[in-house]
Amino acid sequence: MTAVTDTGVQRSWYKRNEIAVTPWLFLLPAILFFSVYVIIPIAQSFWISFHQWDGLGEATWVGTANYERLLFDDRKFSVSFWNNIKWLILYLLAIPAGLFIALFLNQTVRGIRLYKSLFFFPFVISQVVVGLVFSWFYLPREGLLNAILAIFGTGPVNILGDPTLATYGIIAAGLWPQTAYCMILYLTGLNAVDPEQVEAARLDGAKGYKMLWYVILPQLKPATFIAFVVTIIGALRSFDLISVMTNGGPFGSTRVLSFYMFEESLSEFGFRMGYGAAIAVVLFFIMLGFIVYFLYSMWRDDQGGR
Amino acid sequence: MFPTPIEKTSRQWQLTYQAILPFALIVWLLPLIAVAMFSIKPDADFTNGNYWGLPSSFEAFNNYGRVFFESNMPRYLVNSLLITIPTVIGAVALSCMAGFALGVYRFKGNLFIFFMFIAGNFVPFQILMVPVRDMTINMNLYDTKTGLVLFHVAFQAGFCTLFMRNFIRALPFPLIEAARVEGVAEWRIFWFVVLPLMKPALAALAVLIFTFIWNDYFWAVVLTQGPDAQPVTAGITEFNSQFRAAYHLMSAGSIVAALPPVAMFFLMQKHFIAGLTLGAVK
Repeated sequence: MTAVTDTGVQRSWYKRNEIAVTPWLFLLPAILFFSVYVIIPIAQSFWISFHQWDGLGEATWVGTANYERLLFDDRKFSVSFWNNIKWLILYLLAIPAGLFIALFLNQTVRGIRLYKSLFFFPFVISQVVVGLVFSWFYLPREGLLNAILAIFGTGPVNILGDPTLATYGIIAAGLWPQTAYCMILYLTGLNAVDPEQVEAARLDGAKGYKMLWYVILPQLKPATFIAFVVTIIGALRSFDLISVMTNGGPFGSTRVLSFYMFEESLSEFGFRMGYGAAIAVVLFFIMLGFIVYFLYSMWRDDQGGR
Repeated sequence: MFPTPIEKTSRQWQLTYQAILPFALIVWLLPLIAVAMFSIKPDADFTNGNYWGLPSSFEAFNNYGRVFFESNMPRYLVNSLLITIPTVIGAVALSCMAGFALGVYRFKGNLFIFFMFIAGNFVPFQILMVPVRDMTINMNLYDTKTGLVLFHVAFQAGFCTLFMRNFIRALPFPLIEAARVEGVAEWRIFWFVVLPLMKPALAALAVLIFTFIWNDYFWAVVLTQGPDAQPVTAGITEFNSQFRAAYHLMSAGSIVAALPPVAMFFLMQKHFIAGLTLGAVK
């Protein structure tokens, strides 16, 4: 108590409210930055989506006209939307594939650590590089894929030039790094599996598939949750690969919402910011559904904490 | 341990496993191996149709030399560094503070602000694109490295805060209470008690953000153009149209662009994975 009275009978306002004020001082810069670059732009995008705007002149209010055109009168939008659905579903294959590789690598032989890191390689490099590499891999005449197919006496196929195959070709390229990511999640998860439970289950005669399903997978639930989150977000964010590998083509068949939005706002169709914003809003709502689910799960977990 | 440790299985399976391992790795990395091979081939191999065979001569010095001395690649690399390093510092600094506030104090709106950061971090980039681009142009920061850095710092603050807050929550709280009882000022608790304990998280985040920002392509295309400010990811696509059929140069360029994050990963592997798994392992 004497230490306090040393500085005067009345402590400063800050001293008295230190515990209440400090967190806000610490939060201020982050909230400021985040609001200016993330929160406010979301609201602005909503606002812009009700306008017709070339990004330079005056924006004209058009109400819901952009949305009406999107939903009822735009084939490019429906193509993009269905491609997004394909991405969402097929991208999830990264989770079982990652689990499979993780199980394969979860051994303690010589040099396994190096193997694990090399298997993780595709995730670390940029999607732009992955896109370039895969487009060479798919080259119609000279590509390695066709060289391999020729060994089995089939092909050649021009994956990226074929409107029915191109999207799948790009998703396959995307699965490569994503599987590597899920693999790492599962490898760390497997590290934390309780050996006693495994032993106990072994004594009870569980093995192989049954062991995996009833004993291991439940313990891997946190890893699966994160894998699910990052894969869904990754699928909806897919842009780099499409831009690098096909630029939306052939005949616009590989567009997804994120790419179509970019195209409408910033490239060949001219600067249709309002229409682009409307596409972005639709994408936002799709993602919002998942975000709310993730947040709910996290909130539920958090209740157990301090 | 699952699956059954290899030492406890039959000799035959042990040998098979040892043999499958390198084979699987080669198949898995086939596209990359091919690019590495491309990058040391002479141009003539491609015109002669020798795409996938061994190089007819070793041209690594020649190819990489041309990438470094006859293209814009060095400029793009420098740009990438000048964008990535300030972003890492900025985002980590902001989120340390925000994470401390959210992890240590109980106040109204704590959870709300925390969720705002998480939700913002998951948002599709496209919903931010038009307003952020517009704002950057209005601030005269379009096509500058600063413009990119400011955006990246702000956006990454979301992910970093999520990470930091969870990390700080897992720290032993009595330590902070003890400091308070001693009458230590709150900012000193942050600086002298919490920050030193955060070192592993700092390292993990720094490596992770480095890779994320280095590999960013979307914002590079939206907020910059041309070799003055563009990072290597955007540069390589320009490089692609410049050397459309020059696979040997393109490959060398791709390898150069991929090297820094790969090196980072190998040097800081432990931290990198700790960052990625984000509490998946308890």
